[in-house]
Order: sequence, then structure tokens, then C-alpha cells
Amino acid sequence: MLLDKNKFELIGTIDAEAEKINRPAITYWQDAWRRLKKNPVAMLSLGFLILVILSCVFGPYIVPHKYDTQDYNLLDKSPFGNYWFGTDNVGRDLFARVLIGGRVSLIIGFVGTAVELVFGCIYGGISGYFGGKIDTVLMRIVEVMATIPYLIIVILLLIVLPAGMGTLILALVITGWTSIARLIRGQVMQLKSSEYVMAAKALGASPSRIILKHLIPNTIGVIIVYMSMDIPAYIFDEAFLSFLGLGIQPPNTSWGALVFAGQGVMTNHPHELIFPAVAISLTILAFNLLGDGLRDALDPKLRQ
Amino acid sequence: MTKYILKRIGLMIVTLWVVATLTFVLINSIPGDPIMSKARVLPEATIKVIREKYKLDQPMYIRYGDYIKNLVTGNMGESIIYPGKSVNDIIKAEFPVTARLGLQAITFGLAIGLFLGIVAGLKRNSWIDYLVILIAILGVSIPSFVMALLLQFGFGGKYGLPTVGWGSRTYFFTAFKYTLLPSLALSFASIANFARFTKSSILDVVNQDYILTAKAKGVSQIPLTLKHILRNALVPVLSVLGPRIAGVLMGSIVIEQIFAVPGIGRELVNSISNRDYTVIMSLTVFFALIYIVAQLLVDIAYVIVDPKIKLTDSKE
Amino acid sequence: MDKILEVKNLRVSYHTYAGEVQSVRGIDFYLNKGETLAIVGESGCGKSVTSKAIMKLIQTPPGEIKEGSEILFNGQDVLKMDENALRELRGSDISMIFQDPMTSLNPTMTVGKQISESLVIHRGLSKAEAFEEAVKMLKLVNIPNADKRAKQYPHEFSGGMRQRAMIAIALACNPKILIADEPTTALDVTIQAQIMDLMKDLQDKLGSAVILITHDLGVVADFADRIQVMYSGLIIERGTVNEIFYNPQHPYTWALLKSVPRLTTEHKDTLYSIKGTPPDLLCPPVGCPFAARCEYAMAVCKESMPEDTVLSPTHSVNCWLQHPYAPKVAKPDGIGGTVNESK
Repeated sequence: MLLDKNKFELIGTIDAEAEKINRPAITYWQDAWRRLKKNPVAMLSLGFLILVILSCVFGPYIVPHKYDTQDYNLLDKSPFGNYWFGTDNVGRDLFARVLIGGRVSLIIGFVGTAVELVFGCIYGGISGYFGGKIDTVLMRIVEVMATIPYLIIVILLLIVLPAGMGTLILALVITGWTSIARLIRGQVMQLKSSEYVMAAKALGASPSRIILKHLIPNTIGVIIVYMSMDIPAYIFDEAFLSFLGLGIQPPNTSWGALVFAGQGVMTNHPHELIFPAVAISLTILAFNLLGDGLRDALDPKLRQ
Repeated sequence: MTKYILKRIGLMIVTLWVVATLTFVLINSIPGDPIMSKARVLPEATIKVIREKYKLDQPMYIRYGDYIKNLVTGNMGESIIYPGKSVNDIIKAEFPVTARLGLQAITFGLAIGLFLGIVAGLKRNSWIDYLVILIAILGVSIPSFVMALLLQFGFGGKYGLPTVGWGSRTYFFTAFKYTLLPSLALSFASIANFARFTKSSILDVVNQDYILTAKAKGVSQIPLTLKHILRNALVPVLSVLGPRIAGVLMGSIVIEQIFAVPGIGRELVNSISNRDYTVIMSLTVFFALIYIVAQLLVDIAYVIVDPKIKLTDSKE
Repeated sequence: MDKILEVKNLRVSYHTYAGEVQSVRGIDFYLNKGETLAIVGESGCGKSVTSKAIMKLIQTPPGEIKEGSEILFNGQDVLKMDENALRELRGSDISMIFQDPMTSLNPTMTVGKQISESLVIHRGLSKAEAFEEAVKMLKLVNIPNADKRAKQYPHEFSGGMRQRAMIAIALACNPKILIADEPTTALDVTIQAQIMDLMKDLQDKLGSAVILITHDLGVVADFADRIQVMYSGLIIERGTVNEIFYNPQHPYTWALLKSVPRLTTEHKDTLYSIKGTPPDLLCPPVGCPFAARCEYAMAVCKESMPEDTVLSPTHSVNCWLQHPYAPKVAKPDGIGGTVNESK
């Protein structure tokens, strides 16, 4: 093979080329957000949920028919006419009622999860951070509480206390906080022995400071995923309980209550059952898909 | 192994006691005593007799003591609303119904769910894989009672399937058609759950190094699937079984309502509407008992099946 | 010398969502009966993929063994065998042990059963007979209390013991070739030596040929007869142990030899490491793959692949430094021999 003699001069390595790293460094959150954006299912769910939330919050103010206006001329009307979802058994616009019911269901979902989160974080944070006897005692309590079938307690509480949104939230939170507490405790124990925590300790930071400023922020990823799975669980529970007649009582309404009412007239006016049922199902579905997407996006091992 | 079982039984008893106490405290914190709702209907003397019979005029701690004593001896008390109807009888008549419903639901769940999950896991991107994904999505988002209503709406009264009712117990097999829709509705969430979980477990196992080792030994497809893949993939499924049983128990409460199945779930709902406090208390404790026992059985099964746990026990 | 294995023009690619990764880009080598061949190179150079290809264990999607590749075992092309023939081959004619003994054993099957499985499949023994043989194998690999151990599960074994068990599984049917893919990488240094000694011992007893895949030249010195150095999917130098250690010709081989930590290194010297990272196999470079990191690179190195220069019946190298036009270079300190000058 004929070769050019000039090409045989020693050049050696070109350092810049050898060490070239092609991508700019980005933070964990930027990377997570980027990954989430690439997930069409998750983004679709997110969009859907935002739409639902906005509709339920602002919708009742702007719809043509108010949710509590009763028009006795138009009982049980079918959907897709003047009234998008039809009307219910006393002539109220079902669409508006689904929106206002959504407010209640969503509030229960968000507030319940939030309360449970705060309590679970504190409980789990203390247990995980201090370890030892405190941890053993706290965890024993959690164990026993977790073994109790939670729905039983919820039902009992709902019988005993005056019905309403507050009671419902309280009952669900009291029985649901155990899993988040365990989760946080596990995370805290893992992080406790990491280096930056030891550094903080060495600098004399107090336990509460360490828990609040170091441990909790690093568990936020896990918390977010958990929340996105728990909110639909609360919405489901509310629907379930209202269906048993234990949840939201009239004149207030929620999606579960609407399903309960719809069940009675199911054979003749199925739309009164279907629309709230679909609302519940799609919302729960969207939360779950979003939760899956969030879990993938926030997993540091999948970082690209 | 025995030490483990004993420890778990101990925990079980403690939990049951907590449940019983909590139930007692909660019910008795309702203002007014249980008989108040009947006060207008019954004559004064009868009320007095009932009060004495149920010791409603005694201080709390005596009633509590009685309550616990009764529970321990298996006496679940009597209905207040329907005097003479003992809860024990109620349970004897209605628990088998719920048990059958629940067992059928779990069986469907396991049989269909495991099958779908295994096939989906072994044959990625086949039509079964997509079917499983769809079912998993539906199972997760459609609440069981909605499913029940849909099934009732869609199939009730057609193809010889009754809408409601349970059929006579003496004809175990002909009664099957009554049990089909309710069991299916109840099993749906389980099918979705098991299918999803099994599929992901199989996917995990298939990528493990020891599967490659087995292939490198020349193990053929069937023993590879059975002894190496499934044997390892199905073990974690047990960990999901416990929560699933809980889900089925709770779900049966609603399903029995919808399909008018005479089980203890429906009984519980009725007693709540009627404010029949003794029945509520006893059934609650009974539900808790079933749940806890089921949990225990699942945990024991797990220990038997997973060799890694066996070791820590034998070393104790 | 009879060749029991001949690999010709092996090319393997993986189809990923980012494109086609060319893991192995055309290699040829052979293995004689009873000898030990070491394939050396850093992570990602294609040595593991090569070892899996020999028994056609590449998952075919996403992997692909390209047309034109041939793997001849005793004259028969493995790549053209049907499933049944392959299954007979695996575990009895050719066996493999893997890198991580923790994850390479089935956690829900007793160790004894995992050994006897091969015997039942390939030798047609009954379960009882196979189990007895399994216990014998465990004794052969120096596991004490073999009969008790055979009934135990992998998690009850220590790391070193698990690797011995893997060796027992692989050798149960007395294979002609044993492929050892980084057998000691996951083990402590002290255990490493034990395992290597065991393997040498067994090889002597059973007369099997061994292909040893590793990135650690230190492990190779005692054990191998011949060495092949792989980089970026290609073999860039091959020779006997003496030739490679005492007269290496490729700058990459020099770099590998330099990076082996030695007791005699002065404590003031830092550990030598090769700067940079291997090239991206999604679009492999046109010229010599090592050019970007090579201290002795020339313009021609980036433009075209060097040809194979034969230095002896067993020693050959692919490097432009061998060309008559190339300047004379001095090898780094401590590396033996001179750069071959056929000028």
C-alpha cells in the first residue's frame, strides 16, 4: 500500500479530544424535569390533571347552569344537549355538579395527603434519625396500627363522628399515615450515615435542623412519587365510602356521592352514573400514570 | 420456624385486642345509649329490661370487662335491633357466603392474573403484553364498585346471568351463575394487580445472571422456564397476596351491596345504617380477625417458599 | 497441536435505541487442545461479548452476530447449529463461568442440584447418581463438608465458595473448553489467588482448554499460554506469554503493562493510568481505535487501520509503528524488548 511518508510523524495524544465530555452538567432537578418532559404518557396525564383541577376550581363560577339550580321541567335529561352531561333527578345540571363534586374529591385527595405527609415526615424523621429505643417503640406502634384493617377503623370513625369532609379526611389520615412514616424512616436511616450529614453534625447542627434542612429535602423525590400515588388512593377511598353512604352527605356532593346517587337510577338514566364514574376513573388513572412517570424521572440511577 | 409463628400469633392477639378496644371505645363514645333510637317505640318497662340485659346502665369498665370476656369465649353478643338474633348465628349463616365470594375472587385473580403476567413477561411486545398493560391500567383506575355496576349493567339479566341474589346453598354448582358476576367484579383489581406484578417480576428475573448460567449449561426451554424463571419470579408475588386479600375483604363489603349477596359485608353495612351497635362491634372484630389470620397464613407461606428466610430462622 | 476452536471474522453488534453499537468488529483467533488463552482488555472492548458468542449466548434481539462470522468447534460451525445441537454443546463440550458468583447462581435451587442438573441433562444420570457426582465435584473444588454443602442454597456460601461451586458446575461434564469470564474480578485479592490456583490444578487434571477473559494482566502471567489484547472490538496484539510480557509491540499493551501496580514501584510515583476513554462504538473511528489516546500516534493512525504485522508464528501486532516509514521509538521504562525494526 502506498503511503505518504509525511503521515508518519509522531503527534501524540491530543488531550482535549481524549477527555472530551460531550454534555453540559445539569442539576438533578433539571435532569428529572427533562426526563419527565420526554415521557408522553406522563405529560399527557399532567396536562389532563391540570385541566381537571382548573375546571373544578373555576368551572362552577363560569358554567351557564349553576350546580344547585333545580329545574323541575328537565328532570333526568339525557346528555349532549343544552346540558352537557344531562341533568339529575331534581333537574340540576350534571356537568356543574361533577365539577363541584370534583372540588370536594380533589380537596380530600390533596389535603388528606398533605396532612398525612406532614405527620408521617415528622414521625418517620424522628424515628429514623434517633434510632435505638425511640425507633423501636415508634415502629412497634406503626406495626400494630398497620396490621389493623384500616377501612374498619375508618368506618367506625365515620359512624361516631359527625359526617362531613373534615371527619372523612381525619379518618383517612389516621389510618393512612403508617406507610409514609415507614417510608420516610427508611430514607432517613439511609441518609443518616451519609457524609454531608456527618459534616453538619460535626459543625454542631441540632437534630431538628439536620432533619429539616438536610434529610427531608433529599427525600423529596420519594415523597413526590408517594404523593402522586396516594392522592388517587384518597379519592378512591372517598368514593368508596360515599358509595356506602358514609362519606359526603347531601347537600354537599362529591364524585363518590354522585356515583351513589347515580346507582339508584342506573337502568333508566345511566348517564347519571357514568359521568361521575368516568371522572373518578380518569383522574385516578392520570395520577397513577403521572406517578409512574415521576418515579422514572426522579430515579437517580436512570440519570442520563 | 415455630418461634416465628408464635411471635406472629402473639402480635395477632395484641392487634385483635387493640381493634376490639378501639371499637368498643368508639362505639360507646356516641352520645346517648344504643337503645335511645327505640325509646319512642317501646314501652318504658321493656326499655328497662333491655337496659338491664345489656348492662347499659353499668359503668364503662364493667361493660368493657364483659365485652372482652365474651369475645374471648367466642360469644359475639346479640343484635340490639333484632333481639334474639345472635351475632354468632349471623356469622355462621353469612360468613360462608362471603368466604366463597372472596375465595373465588382471589382464585380468579391468581389464575387469570398470574397467567397473563407470566405470558406477558415471557413474550414482550406480543398482543398479550399489550392486553396486560391495558388491564393493569383499567384495574388500577376503575374502582371495584364501578366495575361491579358496569358488569351488572352490561351482563345482568342476559346470558342467563342473574342480576342480584345468591341462590340456594344446597346447590353448590348451580348456584355458580349467581356467584360469577360478583366474583368477577371483586377479582378485577386483583387480576390487574397480579398480572402487573408478575410481569415485572418475570422481567426482573429473566435479566438475571443465573438465567444466563442455566442457558450456558444447556438447560432447555421448559425446565428453564419452570425451575429457573418461575421458581424465582413467583416468590415475590406472595408479598402482594396479603394486601390483595385485604383489598378483596374490603371490596366484598361493597360488592355484596350491589349484587344483594347475603354475606357479612352486607350485614355490616345494614347494621351501620340501623345503628345496631352490638352487631357493628362484633362484625368489626370478626373482619379484623379474618384479615389478620389471612395475613399470618400468607407470611408463613412466604417463609416456607423463600429459602433466604429459612436460614435466619434455623439459625435462631 | 490441534485446534479445537477457530473463530473467523467474528462481528457482533447491538441494536440500541441510540443506534447500532459495534461491539466486536472482525476478530480471528484459535484455541488448541489443553492450552490456556487469555483475552485481555479494558471494560467495553468486546471480550465478554466474544466469549458469549462462542456458545451463541448472545440475546438476538438486541444483539446480532453478523453474516460472515464463523465459530468452528472441532470443525463444526456453532453459529449454524440448531437449538438442540447447541444445547448439547453447552455445558458438556464447552462450559462457561461468569464474573459475579453472587448473582450467577439460582437462589432458590440447592447448589448440589445446580451441579447435578448438567449431569442429568448431558450424561443421562439419574437424580441420585447425579447428586453423588455433584458431591464429588464439590470435593474436587476443595469445598469442605461437601455432602452437607450440596444440600445448601447459594446464599449460605461465601463469595469464594460460590465461585468454586460455579467452577464445579462448569466442569461437571468434563468439557473440552472452559470459558472463564473475569472469574476473579468480584473476589478479594487473597481469594483470587486461590481460585486461579484451583483452576490451573483442575485444568491439569482434566485436560481442558481454557479461555480466560480478564482486564488484569497480573492474573494472566502465571496461568496463560497465549495472550490476545483486545481494544475497541478488535485484537490489536497477540502472542505467547513470554512474547507479550518480554517483547510487547503495541503502545496499548505497553500502557496495560505499565498500569499493573508493582511492589517495586517507588512510593513517590503515582499509579499509571491511560488518559481518556475508549472510543464510542456507535460510530467507531476509521483508523486505529487507540489513536486518540496513544502517545506515539501519527497522522496515518487516524486515517486508516494498521495492517497485521507478523513477528513470529505466534506473535503479531496491528500498529503503524511497525511500518518502515515510522520513526524509531523507545519503549517506556520497564517494558522489555525493542520496537521491532524491520527497516
